[in-house]
Amino acid sequence: MSNLSKEWAHSSLRGMMLIREFEETADKLSLRGKIPGGIHNSSGQEAVAVGVLSALDPLDVIATTHRSHHHTLAKGFSAREVMAELFTKSTGVSRGRGGSMHLGDFHRGHFGGNGIVGAGVGIAMGAALGIQQRGDAKVSVGFVGDGGVNTGRTWEAINMAVIWKLPLIVIIDNNQYAVETFVDRVTGGGDIAKRGEGFGLPSYTINGQDVVEVNEYTAKARQRALAGEGPTIINALTYRYYGHNVGEKGQYRTQDEILDWKTNRDPIDLFIARATSEGLITDSEVAALRDDVKKEVEDAVDFAEKSPQPDLNSILVDVDSGLLGGK
Amino acid sequence: MTTSTQNQNPTYSEAFQSGVREEIYRNRDIFILGTDLIERGGHFAQVKGIAQEFGFQHVKDSPISEAAMVSAGLGAAMYGLHPIIDLNFIDFSLGAMDEIINQAAKIRFMFGQPVPLVIRATSGTALGGAHHCNSLESLFAHTAGLAVAVPSNAWDVKGLIKTALRSPDPVIFLMHKKLSGVRGEIGDENTLIPFGKARTVKEGKHAAIITYGFTVVTAQKAAVALASEGIDVEIIDLRTLYPLDTDAINSAVQRFGRVVVADEAPMFGSITAEIAATATEANFGSLKGPIVRIGSVRAPISANPGMSEAAIPSVDAMIAAVKKVVAY
Repeated sequence: MSNLSKEWAHSSLRGMMLIREFEETADKLSLRGKIPGGIHNSSGQEAVAVGVLSALDPLDVIATTHRSHHHTLAKGFSAREVMAELFTKSTGVSRGRGGSMHLGDFHRGHFGGNGIVGAGVGIAMGAALGIQQRGDAKVSVGFVGDGGVNTGRTWEAINMAVIWKLPLIVIIDNNQYAVETFVDRVTGGGDIAKRGEGFGLPSYTINGQDVVEVNEYTAKARQRALAGEGPTIINALTYRYYGHNVGEKGQYRTQDEILDWKTNRDPIDLFIARATSEGLITDSEVAALRDDVKKEVEDAVDFAEKSPQPDLNSILVDVDSGLLGGK
Repeated sequence: MTTSTQNQNPTYSEAFQSGVREEIYRNRDIFILGTDLIERGGHFAQVKGIAQEFGFQHVKDSPISEAAMVSAGLGAAMYGLHPIIDLNFIDFSLGAMDEIINQAAKIRFMFGQPVPLVIRATSGTALGGAHHCNSLESLFAHTAGLAVAVPSNAWDVKGLIKTALRSPDPVIFLMHKKLSGVRGEIGDENTLIPFGKARTVKEGKHAAIITYGFTVVTAQKAAVALASEGIDVEIIDLRTLYPLDTDAINSAVQRFGRVVVADEAPMFGSITAEIAATATEANFGSLKGPIVRIGSVRAPISANPGMSEAAIPSVDAMIAAVKKVVAY
């Protein structure tokens, strides 16, 4: 018997498959020059995104990083609006002005990806302050990478969340490489979660390839935040299959290492194995889901290709509100 | 709200308190976040009594973490509140420059959402040396997405902060340290001063000084001295640097053809350069001679009072600049 519901298993697996299909497709499109500025591929990190977002309420807030397609899709944004944004088309979620690193829609609780490493935790902390000021029953999640945890602003924000017991969850989407720099080479003290202990908040290092484990820890952190007990850090160990950016040909890690993660610790394969053995899904249902996400991504690419460019005359629109007399 | 004696008028700092207090009554989403606000009332008493009146919900004493202070305000503003982040001295904003320039200023453009955030700090030269006397207003005015207010008197402080607290845009609100205790009349609860509208401090016949902040005081002193020599100079206080009242600037150039632009920021690459260049491009035919700029030298501000004063425009320098344009 499984303690997971069939519905949750199907939805989580589909969510991870959609991200994988989306990223594999976007990577190829980027290499073909279809995506201005390229992308940061999140293939391999699906369980972190789906595990976290499946534990949240749709109106909970997230603020994220330069690598955020997986968080955005897991938050329920359509492949169409995300792909169109990668193409910087007017139908994209940020109207083509944000691009791959700046996906967001505040009305749906997405306070944006970010081109600045470490900035997302601060914004999420501010949103958590807003939630507390209003007395809303929501939480705010700040994603940061293993690179971002070496920025001072991240820990300034965490300290503030601790002293005010803000409903904040910090997710370290720890893919172990800051661009080409291995986390252990640049991280004093080793285990990042130990830093959290020094700031006086519960901090856990977990298996970020296990969507169930990520979901359980996030749900627990959410309960704590809603109870007014303050923030939690979850350091989810994961791995990115591609380079930091599209087309990267780095020599900083071995092919054996990449193959080991892909073969033995792939989050989708691991979850299929578990869900199948627990009787939650059949082989044919898995195949149907694969087919389904493939079609969704094909449709998204078609939509993005056919979407219009933004109106170049709109360049001064929304620089500011104009209400203060700005032109 | 004229009072019977000059001493009963509120100070420049109290004018800020008054404006904020009235706006919190109107909008309970406003709160102030900064260091030493609750007991001390801020370093310039600018929020004294507000925590006691409205409760700690509206005044939050923060750790000294400028980046987190601004991101706290930023995230809360994105959530729909209207925070005032009090950074004390604008020099300290440099520890939060990513949050201000990369984040707050650009969000509306990228996401189409408002960022109703006020960042208040003191600005300008006084005693205190190189880390407490910067004039960074040109940097913020240069940044698309930010509005910049630079009030020179109590009336404008109150009217402008009230407008800022009804604005959906991020506003950098710069108050000059040397004006903190200066008393003056203030408007009532319905007196809002629009951004982008300069004030004619004093009308004149022969030339115009376009300025803002503490340099308005310098200009007023110069005008008195010049009047004794028969030179009647107009003084225009810009009040906000973005939006910038280009109509008032162009009108002054067209009417007089003899214009001085003055502030105490380093002149190299400054807002006075912007004003002189665009006003010249638009009104070259009206000018009797080049627009003259005075400002600070391109040097850090010294802790030595004499050196500090020497860096910024003196009354004598202002008088000389006006005489130069009058002589065209």
